[in-house]
Amino acid sequence: MLTVSVSPHIKSGESVEKIMWTVVACLLPPLILSVFIFGIQTLIITAISVASCVAAEAVSQKLLHRPITIKDGSAVITGLLMAYVIPPGVPCWIPILGAVMAIYVAKHLLGGIGFNIFNPALIGRAFLMATFPVAMTSAWLPPIRDAAVFKYMGSGIDAVSTATPLYVLKHYGVGALMEKFGTMSVIYGDFFVGWRPGCIGETSALLLLLGGLFLIYKRYITWHIPVSVIVSVAFFTWVFGGERLFTGNPLLAILSGGVFLGAFFMATDYVTSPSQAPAKLIFGAGIGALTVLIRLKGGYPEGVCYAILLMNPLVPALEGWFRPKRFAPQKGA
Amino acid sequence: MNDLLLTFPKGGVHPPESKDLTEHSAVEPLPIPAEVEILLNQHFGAPCKPVVKKKDQVMEGDAVGEVDKGLGATIHASVTGTVKGVGLSAHPIAVKAPSVLIQTDPAAQPREWQASDWKGLSREELLGRIKNAGIVGIGGAGFPTHVKLSPPPDAKVDTLILNGAECEPYLTTDHRLMLEGPEKIVEGAKIILTVLGIQDCRIGIEANKPDAIEAMKTACGKASSNGFNVSVAPLKVKYPQGSEKQLIQSITGRRVPGFGLPFDVGVIVQNVGTTKAIYDAVALQKPLYEKVVTVSGRGIARPANLLVRIGTRVSDIASYLGGTLPGLAKVVMGGPMMGFAVSTLDIPVTKTTSGILFLTEDEIDARPYGQCIRCGWCLDACPMGLLPNEIGVYVEAGRAGDTSQFGVFECFECGCCAYTCPAKRPLVQFIRLAKMKAKK
Repeated sequence: MLTVSVSPHIKSGESVEKIMWTVVACLLPPLILSVFIFGIQTLIITAISVASCVAAEAVSQKLLHRPITIKDGSAVITGLLMAYVIPPGVPCWIPILGAVMAIYVAKHLLGGIGFNIFNPALIGRAFLMATFPVAMTSAWLPPIRDAAVFKYMGSGIDAVSTATPLYVLKHYGVGALMEKFGTMSVIYGDFFVGWRPGCIGETSALLLLLGGLFLIYKRYITWHIPVSVIVSVAFFTWVFGGERLFTGNPLLAILSGGVFLGAFFMATDYVTSPSQAPAKLIFGAGIGALTVLIRLKGGYPEGVCYAILLMNPLVPALEGWFRPKRFAPQKGA
Repeated sequence: MNDLLLTFPKGGVHPPESKDLTEHSAVEPLPIPAEVEILLNQHFGAPCKPVVKKKDQVMEGDAVGEVDKGLGATIHASVTGTVKGVGLSAHPIAVKAPSVLIQTDPAAQPREWQASDWKGLSREELLGRIKNAGIVGIGGAGFPTHVKLSPPPDAKVDTLILNGAECEPYLTTDHRLMLEGPEKIVEGAKIILTVLGIQDCRIGIEANKPDAIEAMKTACGKASSNGFNVSVAPLKVKYPQGSEKQLIQSITGRRVPGFGLPFDVGVIVQNVGTTKAIYDAVALQKPLYEKVVTVSGRGIARPANLLVRIGTRVSDIASYLGGTLPGLAKVVMGGPMMGFAVSTLDIPVTKTTSGILFLTEDEIDARPYGQCIRCGWCLDACPMGLLPNEIGVYVEAGRAGDTSQFGVFECFECGCCAYTCPAKRPLVQFIRLAKMKAKK
């Protein structure tokens, strides 16, 4: 029996599975590090998040009579990313609810992979923020310094909970920040490697940067969105983030909150980001500007999540405005 | 060296070349088969009407089909023998098509074609010889060459481009032709230049054929006299470098407009194989009834470059080369990017068959396709700047009729989008469907 199909008869070795599982691999180092920063429960929360997302994907596809595609790794990525933007001290059942929102509502009810308007993991987080605001904004843990990874297991999390650098900065200023986290050079070093309070997978700019650079090297993502997000956060913070214009601290701004995680792994989601270089730059710059706006003027100390969610619905318009240049457009087209 | 190579700026892909299977195999003539089926509908234009009937004796090179009206080209007997009948044959694209079946006379002597000097001939006489020999563009769709060489009088053609890019993986026919007969190709180029009344010819060759580039340069060096200016343009290895519009842009920087033709930007393109056939037609007065075909893939016992009589069945070629191998999954007439998959080996070779590929399961990718993930890779790969992803989504949603906004009619189906798609979406198939339903 000979196969007959339309050309081309050879295809590249790339596949959705290969892309997704490569992204998963790039996301694992920050998770491993988080165990040493916040303790073993980060692993448990992440495992629950991933398992719930995969289960939610299978159930959603079953309910909607679609082929089950949990092996493609995309639900695993959503599970990882959602856990990474959750504080490390939340109760274990929190990510389960987030998974249902992220996968069933934000992804499959909108048509499944390729058709969702918003980043599912971030919708999951936004839903949790709205529903469990206390847990989602207070379950911060001080970094462990002595590798006692079981330190926060069991009771007593409330007793040790702390505040994130952005919260301290927003409400008490730079003096309080330095009092709590050390001199600026100590802060830069600790924050770059990941030793600061924050969400599970967002703290290590270093490991997220390495993972992101690998994705760029593999040509799975391009530099445009990560660079424009980071540059834009730095620029707008420098301009508006200080007591006077042009006195903000751009380095502190990009090393705090979820800038690297958002820039390399969330804003670059294929489905919810534009494909053409100029559109990518505008998209990234918009995310950076909105992040700084929320951080400085909004109700929350951190704004990356909402900035990306606010830019997501502009993607169809950006795609329409920035199309590839046609080689030989016909008249009237 | 690398930065001197010419190329087109937008799109393209780099599939594995797989040319090592045959690029070092010299062209060998296939023994004449016991019978040949000569399709009367081989290429662009009107099908031929048979001019022979059952039991007629024909010699190789005799006409068996003529075009009575419209665009087309004469078709010739490729063997000496007896017409067994005029009927239907399997066709690479049209499933079934009329054909002339000829039984070979095993005792017949090969016909000799003597070279004669063509230099004194007028433009009309040269075109007449090309027309009588049934020359068509044998590298592609088979457009009748005498028509292509007669641009409208207001077209200001200044450059002839010979297409030796051979950007399709596996195929090595043009490579071997340039290596084994560069002088004939250059002589053919001079014939075309004479017909067009111009001097400049550029021969585009991808840099993965350094030996062919050298051979053609040497031949050009010997020949660049009497006012002709024939030279080689080494090209970057990138599919679809050999596509007419991309090749013109790579070499001249000119852009053929939408629905335009190369002569609109002063260029005529001919494949190097066609140019060799033009040499045969004019200098030898030999009709086009045999051609070099790359038979390759990991599903055939012995890959080779064969000189094959038009009308030879694929099954005869396969058995000459030791038969097919286990794991054979697909047989393709042409290259792997734009060729046609066939369901049977009873298909005869036509003037436009440049390759026959016997592909195994490992070489093709039969994984099921998924939903578009909007990675945008097809937008980067499309050399025409189109939106294959949107066309595919629209077709799946039953809105094929609304796809002309995405440039569906500018698509020449090079297959870069479907090659690069990580979701394995059959984008060329979607686009063909869209072309049927969309309004121009």
